[in-house]
Amino acid sequence: MKEWYIKSGPESDVVMSTRIRLARNFNDFPFPSRMKREDGEKVLNKVKEAIFGRSGAIGESFQFEHIQRMDPIQRQALVEKHLISLDLAENQVNSGVIISYDEKISIMINEEDHLRIQCLFAGLQLKEAWDLCNKVDNLLEETIDYAFDERFGYLTCCPTNIGTGIRASAMLHLPALVMTGYIKGILDICSKLGIAVRGLYGENTEALGNMFQISNQASLGQPEDEIISKISSIARQIIDQERTIRRELHKQNPYRFEDKVYRSLGLLSNARIISSEEALKLLSDVRLGVYMGIINNIDINILNEIQLLIQPANLQKSIGRTLSSDERDIKRAEVIRNKLK
Amino acid sequence: MLCQKCQKRIAKVQLTQIINNNKSVLFLCEYCAQEKEKYNISSPFSINDFFSGIMGFPYMTSVPQHTQDLICDKCGMSYNEFNKTGKIGCPNCYKVYGDRLVPLLKRLHGNMQYNGKIPSRAFSSVKVSKEIMKLKEQLNTAIKNEEYEKAATLRDQIRNLESNISK
Repeated sequence: MKEWYIKSGPESDVVMSTRIRLARNFNDFPFPSRMKREDGEKVLNKVKEAIFGRSGAIGESFQFEHIQRMDPIQRQALVEKHLISLDLAENQVNSGVIISYDEKISIMINEEDHLRIQCLFAGLQLKEAWDLCNKVDNLLEETIDYAFDERFGYLTCCPTNIGTGIRASAMLHLPALVMTGYIKGILDICSKLGIAVRGLYGENTEALGNMFQISNQASLGQPEDEIISKISSIARQIIDQERTIRRELHKQNPYRFEDKVYRSLGLLSNARIISSEEALKLLSDVRLGVYMGIINNIDINILNEIQLLIQPANLQKSIGRTLSSDERDIKRAEVIRNKLK
Repeated sequence: MLCQKCQKRIAKVQLTQIINNNKSVLFLCEYCAQEKEKYNISSPFSINDFFSGIMGFPYMTSVPQHTQDLICDKCGMSYNEFNKTGKIGCPNCYKVYGDRLVPLLKRLHGNMQYNGKIPSRAFSSVKVSKEIMKLKEQLNTAIKNEEYEKAATLRDQIRNLESNISK
């Protein structure tokens, strides 16, 4: 597993990860949904050329995967790692992805737009992620003629992404806000401020394990750095709230708080059958316990590793074969027990 | 007659449903009927309805109603088709019916003035005009603050850039 999934970043007691995504399109092809097969092939080749066609180290630090030719488990494993979207994984046309070896950069080809460039970082590092994403964008722009309009900015298939084409997001772990119900107020405020809140796997997904993704809704009208600092400052305010309530809950009833954390740890380290939903829920409690200094003998990196390993496709990938749902629940419990030993 | 669902309260509502051509009649109490109503939403909220909602909303009366459809000469996508799907066909579509999208974009993004990154390859002139706008803003503040020397330098810079564009 690559380092960034495991190592913690800044503010990682609340922020799991940061992502910057840019939507870009070729000027001389219809958008993927209206593209002929051979056009899809051409776009794929041009992007590959832009990355691998140059001399030097850049090409060597990336790898290309053709989505339709991939093994379904491998494909799903990339979705679980947020390296590709579910839409791309289910795409029937010529689509692909170029991923850097450290798995911080992924360039999706022929998703809703011709290009979706994204950079992932641990913790809250929006500025760093944007700098890297911007570099990759500049690199591609050297050989690709982007669809750009003076009035509208970068042109995209869906008008919601037009302009900068940027989506800046942070994945937040908010157990205390959920426990107290204050999360509802936060969500209300976010929607008033033009901030979208989603579950663990983006649009229309549940907030599994108390994970919430916040991101900008508007992409036109503000420059990239303003959008980024807006998300950053809102994330920081939510972080403060979450931290205060964590401390307050612990202070009010330390036994109950510690009991909850330790019960979850007990279940995780002893269960023989466990679903990914239950595991994520319990992991959320244990993560809280570690960051609150209640549990001292578990390294947070181990929890990060477990979090990714227990998801269906990554679990099957690590075992090396397809497993039925029942088998997965048994293997998952085994993997967790071994990691927590 | 008792409610067919809870078997406790008196049925007051007759609910007729037709699913796949099969007609069914249920007699329910007010409470169960209300519950049933809640989950009876056939299609969830979709982004397409959202767009059509925005486009056709009554408060948008200031936007001229478009009787004539516009069709993109590159990909064949029409404006009316976009209205149904919420997805644009190709970059050229924005040239063909971009003006009609302005009210929608305003609703989605709040602000219409593009302010972001500019691809260095194609648009050096765009860069210059953005630079001029920035300098003009600085000029205004300089005048407000009565910094006339600074204002004069800024004015010259603006003139310089403007003459570059017109060349």
